[in-house]
Amino acid sequence: MSHLRPDIRHRAEELVSLYPRARSAMLPLLHLAQEQDGYLSEPAIVEIAELTGTSAADVRGTAAFYDMIHLEPVGRYVVGVCTNIACLLNGAQEMLDHAVRSLGCAIGSTSADGLFTLEETECLADCDRAPCVQINHRYVRTTTTQAFDQVIDQLREGQLDHEVPSHGTLVRVRRQGGLRVSREELAAQRSNAAAARAQRDAAKVEKP
Amino acid sequence: MAALTAPRIVSSRRDYDDSFTLSRFLETGGFSALKKALGMFPEEVAAEVDAASLLGRGGAGFPAGRKWSMLRKSPLSYLVVNGDESEPATFKDHYLVEREPHQLVEGVIIAAYALQVSQVFIFLRGEFALGLERVQQAVNDAYAQGALGQRIFGHDFSLDIVVHCGAGAYICGEETALIEALEGKRGFPRIKPPFFPAVTGLYGEPTVVNNVETMSNLPWIVLNGGAAFAALGEGRSTGTRLFALAGRVNNPGVFEIEMVKNTFRDLIFDPALGGGIPGAKALKAIIPGGVSAPWFGPELLDTPLGQDEVGALGSMLGSGSVVVLDEDSCVVRAVWRITKFFSRESCGQCTPCREGSGWIERVMYRLEHGGGRLEDIDLLLDLCDNIAPGISWPPQQTTICVLGPSIPSSVVSAIKMFREEFVTHVVNGGCPHD
Amino acid sequence: MTDAIRTKVTVTVNGRAVDAAPGELLIEVAERAGTFVPRFCYHPRMEPVGVCRMCLVEVDGPRGATLQPACYIKVSDGMNVITDSEKVKKAQDGVLEFLLANHPLDCPVCDKGGECPLQDQTLSHGSGETRFIEEKRHFVKPIEIGANVLLDRERCIQCSRCTRFAADVAGDPQIAFAGRGDLIEVATSPSEPFDSIFSGNTVQICPVGALTTKPYRFSARPWDLEQVESTCTTCAVGCRIAVQSSGDRLSRVLGVDAEGVNQGWLCDKGRFSLDSVDGNPDSSSPLSRATRITQPMVRVGGVLTPTSWDEALQRAAALLTEHGGDAVGAIGGASLTNEAAFAWERFVRGVLGSDHLDAQFDDGLDPVLIQALPAATIDDAAKARVVVTITGDLREELPVLFLRLRENVVRHHRSLVEFRTGPSALTAVATHSLATRPGEVALVAKALIEGVAPKGMLLNDATMTQARALLGDGSGVVFVVGRPNMAESSVFVEEAIGLLVAGFPKARFLPALRRSNVRGALDMGLSPQLRPGRVRSPQRGRDTIAQLEALRDGTQKSLLLLGGDLLGNMADGGALAQSALSVGVSVVAVTGHGSATLAYADVVLPALVAHERSGTVTNIEGRVTAVTPKISGPGSAWSDVAIAAELAEACGQNLGCLSIAQVAQTIEETLGYPALSVLQDQHFDGVVIGGSVTPTRRGTMDPMAFPGIRSTRTNRAAATSGSVDMIDADALGVTNALSWSDVTIPSVTSPLADAYALRVVLARRLYDQGVAMGGSPALRPLVEVPVLRVRRADLDRLSFADGDNVIVTGSKGSFAGTVCADEDVVPGTLVLGFATGAQSVQQYLLDSGKGISDVRLASQ
Ligand SMILES: Cc1cc2nc3c(=O)[nH]c(=O)nc-3n(C[C@H](O)[C@H](O)[C@H](O)COP(=O)(O)O)c2cc1C
Ligand code: SF4
Ligand code: FES
Repeated sequence: MSHLRPDIRHRAEELVSLYPRARSAMLPLLHLAQEQDGYLSEPAIVEIAELTGTSAADVRGTAAFYDMIHLEPVGRYVVGVCTNIACLLNGAQEMLDHAVRSLGCAIGSTSADGLFTLEETECLADCDRAPCVQINHRYVRTTTTQAFDQVIDQLREGQLDHEVPSHGTLVRVRRQGGLRVSREELAAQRSNAAAARAQRDAAKVEKP
Repeated sequence: MAALTAPRIVSSRRDYDDSFTLSRFLETGGFSALKKALGMFPEEVAAEVDAASLLGRGGAGFPAGRKWSMLRKSPLSYLVVNGDESEPATFKDHYLVEREPHQLVEGVIIAAYALQVSQVFIFLRGEFALGLERVQQAVNDAYAQGALGQRIFGHDFSLDIVVHCGAGAYICGEETALIEALEGKRGFPRIKPPFFPAVTGLYGEPTVVNNVETMSNLPWIVLNGGAAFAALGEGRSTGTRLFALAGRVNNPGVFEIEMVKNTFRDLIFDPALGGGIPGAKALKAIIPGGVSAPWFGPELLDTPLGQDEVGALGSMLGSGSVVVLDEDSCVVRAVWRITKFFSRESCGQCTPCREGSGWIERVMYRLEHGGGRLEDIDLLLDLCDNIAPGISWPPQQTTICVLGPSIPSSVVSAIKMFREEFVTHVVNGGCPHD
Repeated sequence: MTDAIRTKVTVTVNGRAVDAAPGELLIEVAERAGTFVPRFCYHPRMEPVGVCRMCLVEVDGPRGATLQPACYIKVSDGMNVITDSEKVKKAQDGVLEFLLANHPLDCPVCDKGGECPLQDQTLSHGSGETRFIEEKRHFVKPIEIGANVLLDRERCIQCSRCTRFAADVAGDPQIAFAGRGDLIEVATSPSEPFDSIFSGNTVQICPVGALTTKPYRFSARPWDLEQVESTCTTCAVGCRIAVQSSGDRLSRVLGVDAEGVNQGWLCDKGRFSLDSVDGNPDSSSPLSRATRITQPMVRVGGVLTPTSWDEALQRAAALLTEHGGDAVGAIGGASLTNEAAFAWERFVRGVLGSDHLDAQFDDGLDPVLIQALPAATIDDAAKARVVVTITGDLREELPVLFLRLRENVVRHHRSLVEFRTGPSALTAVATHSLATRPGEVALVAKALIEGVAPKGMLLNDATMTQARALLGDGSGVVFVVGRPNMAESSVFVEEAIGLLVAGFPKARFLPALRRSNVRGALDMGLSPQLRPGRVRSPQRGRDTIAQLEALRDGTQKSLLLLGGDLLGNMADGGALAQSALSVGVSVVAVTGHGSATLAYADVVLPALVAHERSGTVTNIEGRVTAVTPKISGPGSAWSDVAIAAELAEACGQNLGCLSIAQVAQTIEETLGYPALSVLQDQHFDGVVIGGSVTPTRRGTMDPMAFPGIRSTRTNRAAATSGSVDMIDADALGVTNALSWSDVTIPSVTSPLADAYALRVVLARRLYDQGVAMGGSPALRPLVEVPVLRVRRADLDRLSFADGDNVIVTGSKGSFAGTVCADEDVVPGTLVLGFATGAQSVQQYLLDSGKGISDVRLASQ
């Protein structure tokens, strides 16, 4: 029995088929499992092990290497406040302290209503809008604490559901078009190209 | 005065709000470079890139043309685009993937054609949710336009691009760690030898890894010729480059400026660029090239923004990031935060980096938050020496990759430049800025 | 001279020139030159990864001398290496200091204290003082990651030896690194514990006390341990082991790095079953495998009753001699030493005058065929260009042989072709896997020789063509041949072997017999067809099946059981044996442990078992090595040699040799078989009889690679100072007396299976119901529950589903069971584990000695 829902499972199999080796789909699959469950659940781990030809321990261990993959349930919104150098120089610590109070949860934990999980992150590459805040990996660009509270209120009221999908949903643009080029076709193209090159070189020689 | 006459090569569409759409891209010359390239022989395209003397924009600054020429001949080879951009205070690729995704895709197709590679992976850091969507859309558009897939624009060249998302780990920017992540593993950098992915890379096959910005330069180079590119800048540092300016400046952001012709002072103080320091405070230090780089003091402000010019002074232009610390910034706190970053981001494979980063971070924490001892300062220097013997730049290393020897950069710089502030922290029992 | 033909390079290590092979690892070359480079992650039996950075040395290069990991760098000609500079010393001290930063200083309570590479290298290379005043990393104390393995994450130094062993060597990646940076930890998945049958190896190679075994934990301190080197007799691979005890109590078994055999590895059964020696102190019934037999017993009024040796011997002698030579026979002996086997052979043939003796329980191969095969060693197979296996799941049957063959494929990229009769751990790495149904093995062999796939079989043409091309004339090919299916008569595989020997004239063969010393027992003549020394017996006696039939028919009246549990070891679940022993025959059993078979015994004579006895054993390749006692036996148990000699005495005759050494001497002098010489030089890896190899001398054992094992070099030096040095089996005069023309190859046709039946595959399992498992508290919980495995398509065809309860009907009756869908099963077959607690059901399925068994399934 598949733990992944049929549509998710279908996308999972598509992902696997994109790569020369199944294991390469590991990170996209981890994200996909989070899209379904909000975090990486044990049954999803077992299924990804099967899809990638690895073991559950290997999937879990690999997932645990990456910050974006959560092995425990998280809130609907994961709020990341960067405190790295550029943000630090521009009030990140104050923003983080504010977030703790405002969301009512400590760093690394989830608010009582299950809505927010707060994280202190490393640089999010948006340093010209310091201090930088991401919610479910969307830049919300709230450089003041007031703006931060505003966004949080909007999230609470469901006004930002489109801009900020629930945790786990990362890329909503589906791949369209494109198949892997077959080896045979490649060989044919290469030999055509080589022939063309030979022709050119021959032409060069003829010219005095 | 800053020299701002050079053309914008990778940010030519920056004034359009819809620069990321296909229609704007096509309207502004999209795919014309690709079409031109497809009319050339692959090696001719590569020759233009070689002539441009395009230095890689990912950090190491290796000439793209040279890297391409090292690609081992094999029926199967790969091009991997490095969009992991996680070096603190670096955000120029962020700009390119969100605002110029089609340009990136066009550049990638050109590179793949020049390299005669049929499979490309664009690796973007997972935190770029919007960038991932935009690049995926640009790839979809390219397929729809016939610029990707079977027989591109009717030529004997077919290509597939897969957009691959990272999952949050700085080390995956290191090219061999990136390859491991692309193979579905932990981002453990590979031990050398083999030294170059161009010989043994993805799945053990020859692989070129290039940065997003490196790729984004290609359409312009093909259209205008390598010589035109090489005419910009000076010495080995040709063309323009994106600089990500952050920290204590009035106008932080990404600026495309000609290399060497401008200095750090231009970048930070020119009104058209950084616009100076808030409150006209004094500049205390700059971190050129990302937090892996050794720091510069104000006396080096007039150093030209060129790879060799910065390198000659014992630091690096690196990822094109410049962080400004003003007179109010606490260097001990800054260093502590940087070491905390390395401690969190060390992949954990090799002992000196794994344990050294954690140890140094804990000592720095004590210095900043109270509990520091005078002997800690020399202890820090010695621990740094044990990670990067001799503490010089470019570093010697006891580790597998250069994340390890990047840890000492800020620690040693700050102690050398501001030893008395460390002492004050000890004497004060914590940060005097609190 | 070009590089291509250069076979030797010269490297300078600290100013001294050293010769090396191109591509050799610097760490090895330096060590050969007498320079030990400190290390942690490097293990000589695994690929180097260069992660701990302890082995940094200075190597001259284009950028001047740089620090490079000696374990990862391959030497090249002219390389200049410095290992003792200030720079190197600082780097190494630095790494050590970093390693100790988060490592708890709990050596006094740590299991590894006293034999810890980290502790040792800290003493020899560390600066001695700590500058780390921060709080160390904390983890919840030891967690159980497998049935017998505990992990203390605080002590882990992230060398990745264990995870690499699990993933790369064993192919069981159930432990893996999780996390990043200094939070990185070894972890399992909650849904999949570390249940690898090789789990103990990770503990053995852990360079700190992070991994410990449950049985050994806290049981002893290293400095209290005494060690002998011995040979594991759990299966017939003959792994070399170090057996350690604290006083007279066995503490642990460690794998010794024997080049030609186990290279340091062991399976968990061999490693952990030492606690079965003493049995369960609470178990006293002679019918239980957990009972250690400590005193002689005779049946009085239907009950086995303790008695004196004297009375037991008198009684046994009377029972065995009562009806004359033709009415008595012996079964068993494959688990004895060569000396014991020889003594019993002399007793049965010489004293009793019977030719009816057989060490195999109808689960082996024709002994003449085994001896006459063009022989390959384990090393030959592990280095062959192509290996072809005709066995059951080798991981279950001969685990360490599996490891070595697997390594040949995954690490050295050689080819492997398997005849696959059921689920097999080699399938995942096999180049070609040839599905073989019961009865088809000779047909598959024929198809392989011809390179075509006949109709009606599960083969395809492309595979057969490729496999055929791969094998060529057989040069560089080793066939590993055993009994792929216990429910299939040996004649099928014997016919296949016959075809292959003829079809691939250059190929060599390694018999994959499983019982510990079965080859030694056959060499010593415990066979109806062979006399001691691999000589054909002029009269052909009864084999096991024939003896049981003769007992049942009344032709044979008494039986001498040499160890082993007859009932539990028969493929038919002991059905034939039970009917044979229930007709009032006399049974004398010589054994160390209880068993259900003793219900039929009239006299039970207590024998010494592994780790108590001395002698030699011979493994599957014909390698003779020593077994060495570490503890003394319990109660009044005697060695088999002593029992045989005393029993002969009781029969009024003289066996001619009383002590083990005397027997060994006789074997060596009369047969030219290396017994005495091996017995006296216990510290090397033995001698392969008839093999082309000269005896292997072991190099220094790297203490960082094999922590816990006392250096065996000093011991050996003492041992070799005596008269025995290099033993050459050929010089002693043992050659294969048997040639291929002595072998009679059967020709059989297998009956066709009908569409409604499933053909039974009885597969050997490692964690079976034998004494080693049943008597071992550590292993008993791991004994497998029996399942009936069938392919999903077959279940569908027969209208059953995964997990259905069914009635299985075989030729002898029916039983109830649960089917489990398994795609690794060959179509049309049903796989059942042998001796996995299912003895009672086997009796319904199989006719001992009859070709093939079919069963039908019905709803319950
Ligand atoms: C620790 C570390 C992090 C790195 N991060 C990045 C990165 O985020 N993006 C990038 O393009 N290159 C990064 N690099 C450099 C890459 O290893 C590689 O040199 C680069 O992608 C090559 O592309 P280029 O030649 O086009 O610059 C990093 C290197 C190291 C050692
Ligand atoms: S230097 Fe650090 S990041 Fe690089 S491989 Fe070693 S542990 Fe990993
Ligand atoms: S790096 Fe060489 S032994 Fe660990």
